[in-house]
This record gives sequence, C-alpha cells and structure tokens, in this order.
Amino acid sequence: MKLEGAVLRNLLARRRRAEWIFKIAASGALLFALGTLGVLLLDVLRDGLGWLDWDFLTHFPSRKPEQAGILSALAGTFYLMILTILIAFPLGVGAAIYLEEYAKKHWFSRIVEVNIANLAGVPSVIYGLLGLELFVRTMGLGRSLIAGALTMALLVLPIIIIAAREAIRTVPNPIREASYALGASRWQTVWHQVLPVAFPGMLTGSILAFSRAIGEASPLITLGALTYIAFLPDGLTSPFTVIPIQIFNWVSRPQKAFLNCAAAAILVMLAILLAMNAVAVFLRHRTQRRMTL
Amino acid sequence: MNERTIRKIAMAGLAVVVAVVPAFAANLKGRVTVDGSSTVYPITEAVAEEFQIKNSDVRVTVGISGTGGGFKKFTRGETDISDASRPIKSSEDAAAVKNKIDYIELPVAFDGLAVLVHPSNTWAESITVKELKKLWEPAAQGKIMRWSDIRAGWPSDEIHLFGPGTDSGTFDYFTEVICGKSQSSRGDFTSSEDDNVLVQGIASDPLALGYFGLAYYEHNKDRLKLVAVDDQDSSNGAGPILPSTETVEGGTYQPLARPIFIYVSAKAADRPEVDEFVRFYLDNAPELVKEVGYISLPSQVYQLAMDRFGSRKTGTVFAKKPKPGTTLADLLK
Repeated sequence: MKLEGAVLRNLLARRRRAEWIFKIAASGALLFALGTLGVLLLDVLRDGLGWLDWDFLTHFPSRKPEQAGILSALAGTFYLMILTILIAFPLGVGAAIYLEEYAKKHWFSRIVEVNIANLAGVPSVIYGLLGLELFVRTMGLGRSLIAGALTMALLVLPIIIIAAREAIRTVPNPIREASYALGASRWQTVWHQVLPVAFPGMLTGSILAFSRAIGEASPLITLGALTYIAFLPDGLTSPFTVIPIQIFNWVSRPQKAFLNCAAAAILVMLAILLAMNAVAVFLRHRTQRRMTL
Repeated sequence: MNERTIRKIAMAGLAVVVAVVPAFAANLKGRVTVDGSSTVYPITEAVAEEFQIKNSDVRVTVGISGTGGGFKKFTRGETDISDASRPIKSSEDAAAVKNKIDYIELPVAFDGLAVLVHPSNTWAESITVKELKKLWEPAAQGKIMRWSDIRAGWPSDEIHLFGPGTDSGTFDYFTEVICGKSQSSRGDFTSSEDDNVLVQGIASDPLALGYFGLAYYEHNKDRLKLVAVDDQDSSNGAGPILPSTETVEGGTYQPLARPIFIYVSAKAADRPEVDEFVRFYLDNAPELVKEVGYISLPSQVYQLAMDRFGSRKTGTVFAKKPKPGTTLADLLK
C-alpha cells in the first residue's frame, strides 16, 4: 500500500508538472503575440501620434512631409469600401443561399464548394492580376475606382460565401419545417425565417472580410493604383488611391520625416479597422436581441 | 449721343464681358496620366503638385511601375507621359511603332549612382571601374567573396553586397555601364526594390558595399560613406572622382551619372492640359529637381528640350549608342 501511494504521488506530481509546463508554454505564446503587437503599436504611436492632426486628415499628399496628408487616400479607401460592400455582400449572400437552401447535393455543388474553399486561400496578388486583365484591360474600365472595387469584391467573395453559409447552417431546421408546414414557399421561408436569424452571423463574417480587404495593398498595386493623386474621386471611373498604398509609398521615400507620415497613416488605418469591428459587434448585438423569440 | 448709340455701346460692352468671362472661367480641365520609373517619380510628383496648385481643374496622376513597366503601359496608349530612368529600348520603340504611338523624348535631370560603404570603412576610399566589374560581373559569383579579392592590401574580411532589384532602371544602368551588358550581374547580393532597405543594410554592416541613386545618399549622409569612382580615362577628369553637382553636371563623374527622361505621347500632347503640363515641367524643372535631391541639366539643355517639344520632334536620339564624350546638348541639337 505504502509503495503504491508513493508511485501514485509520483505519477500525480509528474502530471502536475506537465500541466504546469504546458500552462507556461501556452501563456508564453500568448504573451509573445501580445508583446509583439504591443511593441509594434508603441513604435507606431511614438512615430505617428505627433503627426496626426486635422491638417493631416484634410491635406493631399505632398513632396514636403510637413504638408503631406491623406485626404485622397482616406476618401479612396472610403469609396472603395462602400462599393466593394455593395457588390460583394449581395452576391456572396445570394450564392450562400443557393448553395445551402436550393442546390441539390450532387457532384456539381461539391465541386463548387471545394473551389470556393480553395479560392479563399488564393494569395491576393493573384486577384490583382485577374482584375488587371479582366476589369482594367478586357472590360476597359482602366485603373478606376470601379475596377478596384470589383477586384476587391472578388477577393472577399469566397470568405463572405463561407461565412454566410455557416450562418445559414446555424438556423435550426424545425424553423424551416414549421414554415413549410404553414404553406410558405421556399422563397418565403428563406426571406422571412432563415435570413433574419442568419443575418447577424453573415454580417459579422462579412465585416471582418471587408476589414481585411481595406488593409490590402498588393492587389491594388498590381492593378496600378500605386499613384500620386491629389484630388478626390469624382465618379466610378475616377483614378484613386487608398491608405495602404499611401503608407507603402511613404515608407519607400528617402526623407525620414515621411516615416512619421506613414506611422500616422497606420494609426488612421487602425482607427478605421477598430471602428468597423465595433460596428460589427454593435450590429450583431442589436439584431440578435431583436431576433430572440 | 442718342439713346440708340448708348444702347449699342452697352450691348458691345456686354458682349465683351460675355466673351471675356468664359475665357477666364475656362481654366484647363482634364486628366494627365503619368507612370513609370520610381527614380523620376519624385520630380514628376513635385511638378504635379505645383501644377495642380495653379490649375486646380486638371487632375494629374503619377504612378510608379518602374521604367520598363511604365513603357509597357505607355506603348499600349494607356498613359500620356512615361517617366524613364534610361532611354527607351529598341524593343519598346518597336512596340510604340506597332501601336502607332509617337513620342517626344525629353531629358529632365541628371541622376548619379553612388557606390557606398559603411562609415567605419577606412580602406575603400576609391574604386576603379575595372574593380567594380570584377566585383559585380556574373563570373564573380561565389569567387570574389572578400575585400582582398578586389584589391591586394584590402582586408581579407568578407564583403557583403547590396544592390537594387532586377526590375529597376538603376540595376539596368549599373550593369550596362559596369559589366558591359544590361541585366548581367552576379546574383548573390542582397537586393531590394526599396532603396531604403539598401540604405539600412549598408548603414548597419561594416563590411557592406552597395550602389543606388544619389538622392538616397543625400538624405542619409551621416550613415553612409561615398566611394570615389575612377574610370581610368583622363579625358573626362583624372583619378578617382566623387559624385557631386559639379562632377555630374560637368560629365567627369563617369560612367555612373546619367540623364533621366520623360516621354510624352505626341497624340496626348495635342490636348491643352498635357501640353501645358509638359511646358510647366520643363520651366520649373531646374528648381524642383534640386529640391528633391537630383542634379539639374545645364539651362541650354532645358531650352533645347523645350524647342524639341514645341516643334513636336518625335523619336529617340539614343537609337544608336552615342559616342563617349557626347553631351546631351550635342544629342538634342
């Protein structure tokens, strides 16, 4: 008995040690991630905070760092985002509804499914090349706002479809069955029962996808939007620039003061991203509360 | 003076006012699309900024696609003006001919390539073109790995090389004048399209040697050391020569100083906003070029360029390789 007790204690102690090591490792991983983020943020804040003022937001880019601002990039990012949402959200949700509610499970829908999952992992530069050939050249849209928005819409479409499908799948089947039992058509069921319940989930997934898109520079650089622009877009075919590209441009300048401009622009970018995510949380919270039975 | 005459005069006056007011209001409008070299970009950006202050209805866009990328768009007719850090190549000229794009070639500034080392480097004060070739030619890969391999007497420490990426006009130019053939270079060096990365690399490595545009040296003087270059040709200045406004403009800092250009589509130049932009460019270049860290051309050359643009003289003067010692003014005449 005594011997067994010692063995048991030994085993227990070993398990506890393993547990303890694992806990340290896991929290170490978290600390490392947070620490890196913290250092980056501090660095950006130190470089950029002093440059961030009203003039910076309301001035066009300039060769003189003290006078440079991000007005055209800010406006470009804003317009591009709105257009991308208008194009990608209805398309993505529509495709998800078809796949979840209408498509029969056979080889075709399975091929589509696999392809969508694959497309979500394609590097964004590839979308830029596609946009360049298809929208800029073949469709003759030029290096315009609409060509940029269409490219960005393609980029986020797979993610939105996947998010929307997940959201639709969480709708309990009895709701659909009840609706059919009352004589509703499939369309009525989707519109009145499925979509309202799935909407918060779709919204969250989509907004996260859009906030990724507005941080992207590489597809737009491929498109040819790496440009000095000192005017506001005046239409769908207008040339444009966005904040990530403006940051990229400033970082590659010889004058060190432009690095401060870049840091300030990064802060603006962070603020926009935070605001978008806050909107996602707020909308989800609101719609969810309304939907609970 | 009866009532009728008064009315006539009033009408005439009104007519003048009506005629004059739109003339004042009819500012230049439209778009000017520029794309191309990242080396020329700072100059064009400065010109575009100043131009749009005076002509707020003209929308100028200046892209950065590299000299080659810029010419691709230009010869497809997608842009009005192409920034170029080297003369147009015969293949690019052929593309322009095929797409019926006539162009006017205008030099706008000088750019010098600087050879740089770490400030703590005490031995490399100067280097000859021959030594640079020995160091950078493709055959040097894996062989010339130490400073002592370049010149006896230099330390036997490793040498760490930094240079621009293969898409840049700077790389094209350096390899052409040093190694004898454009794009022919050893591959085992740290390369970046972003010159700031090169600055950073050389400034933090005591055994580094690299090259890039002089403008980037101007803004990082305290962190880098220039190496004088000797082409061993006393006809354009004897001995090793450091790049400076005088030596670049005077043609003695050879072969690492070059003119940089804009190419204007002749068809686009017929649009008043493009015409006015190019004239504004050449008028203001001397001042703005200096401001952004480049070296301006002799004033005679700007005049010749203006004449060339005024008479819409198309084609390149670099179709044949100019003889050594030929100045830009000679070429443009």
